[in-house]
Amino acid sequence: MNAASAPSKLYSDDVSLIVVLLDANPFFWASSAAAAGDSASSHHPTTTLPFSKLLNHVIPLLNSLLLLNQLNQVVLVATGVNSCGYIYDSGDGGGGSACGSVPAICSEILRRLEEFVVKDRLQGKSPDKVVATGVSSLLSGSLSLALCYIQRVFRSRARHPQPRILCLQGSPDGPEQYVAVMNAIFSAQRSMIPIDSCVMGVQHSAFLQQASYITGGVYLKPQQLDGLFQYLSAVFATDLQSRNFLQLPKPAGVDFRASCFCHKKTIDMGYVCSVCLSIFCKHHKKCSTCGSDFSQGPTDANADRKRKTSEVQP
Amino acid sequence: MSGSVEVQRRFDHAGMGEEATRRRRRGGEEDDEEEEDEDERGMEAWERAYADERSWEDLQEDESGLLRPIDTKTLVHAQYRRRLLQKSAASAASRIQKGLIRYLYLVVDLSRAASETDYRPSRMVAVAKCAEAFIREFFDQNPLSHIGLVTIKDGVAHRLTDIGGSPESQIKALMGKLECSGDASLQNALELIHGYLSQIPSYGHREVLILYSARNTCDPGDIMETIKNCKNAKIRCSVIGLSAEIFICKHLCEETGGSYTVALDESHFKELLLEHAPPPPAIAEYAAANLIKMGFPQRGAEGVIAICSCHKDVKIGGGYTCPRCKARVCELPAECRICGLTLVSSPHLARSYHHLFPVTPFNEVSSVVPFKLSQKLAQTCYGCQQSLLSHGSKPAPHVSCPKCNQRFCLDCDIYIHESLHNCPGCESHRSSTT
Repeated sequence: MNAASAPSKLYSDDVSLIVVLLDANPFFWASSAAAAGDSASSHHPTTTLPFSKLLNHVIPLLNSLLLLNQLNQVVLVATGVNSCGYIYDSGDGGGGSACGSVPAICSEILRRLEEFVVKDRLQGKSPDKVVATGVSSLLSGSLSLALCYIQRVFRSRARHPQPRILCLQGSPDGPEQYVAVMNAIFSAQRSMIPIDSCVMGVQHSAFLQQASYITGGVYLKPQQLDGLFQYLSAVFATDLQSRNFLQLPKPAGVDFRASCFCHKKTIDMGYVCSVCLSIFCKHHKKCSTCGSDFSQGPTDANADRKRKTSEVQP
Repeated sequence: MSGSVEVQRRFDHAGMGEEATRRRRRGGEEDDEEEEDEDERGMEAWERAYADERSWEDLQEDESGLLRPIDTKTLVHAQYRRRLLQKSAASAASRIQKGLIRYLYLVVDLSRAASETDYRPSRMVAVAKCAEAFIREFFDQNPLSHIGLVTIKDGVAHRLTDIGGSPESQIKALMGKLECSGDASLQNALELIHGYLSQIPSYGHREVLILYSARNTCDPGDIMETIKNCKNAKIRCSVIGLSAEIFICKHLCEETGGSYTVALDESHFKELLLEHAPPPPAIAEYAAANLIKMGFPQRGAEGVIAICSCHKDVKIGGGYTCPRCKARVCELPAECRICGLTLVSSPHLARSYHHLFPVTPFNEVSSVVPFKLSQKLAQTCYGCQQSLLSHGSKPAPHVSCPKCNQRFCLDCDIYIHESLHNCPGCESHRSSTT
């Protein structure tokens, strides 16, 4: 799982291409702002952050990434609740505007982010829904966009920057996106693209823990969101070559257990349908996903073999 | 005098070569079976490459006399689309599922014919290198499956490795024993494998992939009987030939429902071999549907000291604990050596889900038809933001997803269908059902 060295591609050592996936889920940020609002009474005052304060940390991070190396490239993709979209690409001349000057980049990003959020809201089925806390954002969509963009960079020229993906996520995981997120993770693993994640929500994200573990990235859930920029610049801003020399947060207890399809609870021993690989916690007569009939009783792979060999011996 | 005869002969060979090229190019448009030309007397393989292929004729000059780079993008894309449509047509037939739990025996021919040097440095070494890449790709796409190795040498088939789930041990065994001699016997190999494959659990799909270099087979008995036995045992046999098309191989593959292909050169051989890595369409009745008991172990914390059951050695940190008997294993997927429970992690199962939910093939967008008035003119590929216009305002060939109507460039199309297995357009829009 070591993604730091990739001898098969021609890289310049410390030049990076970072695709930042920013969570722009209005439901999550609204509830976060509400929680921050009554932080005076809450006993965790620094574990919530409103969106405006978030941008105070993220935009300096983008600028510092561009300052670390002249050839670095930063792309910002917003993960909304009904859509995903490209916000900013530093290699593009800043999307047509005057490149280089920091205030211009900053206002460009803010303007396009606002346009994105307005469009995202209008694409929803009921745009004026009451604030809900459990709504997930479209992580699989923005991961797929990021991977397509990185493939384009691979194709463009022989010497290209080392790509990586940084996921700033706060919304909870949407279980309906599981297959798509796993497909994206495996594709990133094959292309040796690490996925770093910084989780700003209330609970850990199992999807991002697996993503960072499988692709060799860093997973972090900061404890004090007031100092988010410090976490971001100390942990996520360094290029892949330099990570060999740094002490970065180690993965602690990645949960690889599966959840059963019938009750959605995590199990550590279960039954798997041999046709469609659906997971069940107890023995069923028929598979609910593919309809296969299990007429024989539950089998263990070795039980058949042991029985057969014991029959052969006289 | 002899010089001109020599030159004349070369022109004759070149003439034959051109016809062969034309035949091969036409043959390349069809499906599987292709024949290699007979060895032209007196010419080495490298000479034949110049005579037959004439790659210099593909170069073109532009108006100022500079060479124009060869545009292979549309050619590659056309090849890929043909492959994709073939696959989706095959799977659209009803009652065809994909066999996801496969038990495959890879048969490597180490007879005298494998020492031929038309594949550099020799057929045997080229086959071994491609087989290594195949084994890795196979376990990447089918993490719950198993591979075993069998070699044919001196007319006898020998089982190199037992059927197992770890790529490293298979590759090590293959690279260790690379010497060839004697005849090849197809029947002995099939009999041996038939015996081993009868012991595997009933939910597994049984497959044999034979990499055959010889042009004949020396069998002790009636090979037709053996083929009938394999067919009754529901073993799917496929052959990749390196020399020429042989009737008995074709018959074997047709009877058992496998595929028979003959390679033209090294890169073609690798392509044909890697086509066997994704799960093939399997007849529903061939493997009994079963619920297999599996365990999903937790990863041990750093610093935990335990004796692992695979190396019988003390290990510190990492590793996985079997949920039934609490033995430690080093890597997944594995079978617990103490209690026999199959141990996997959920990403391993998730690796096979894309075979069950493939991305629908995209439709080609004709650049002649004008865009509908209601549709905004999409100037950039939705996935990678590359401009879809070439040479000014003319739209370059591109594709669109039938479900979300987003437009993608050709490279994104290939990447999405072959590696990513997610349509970015469909994933970036919340569907109405959720």
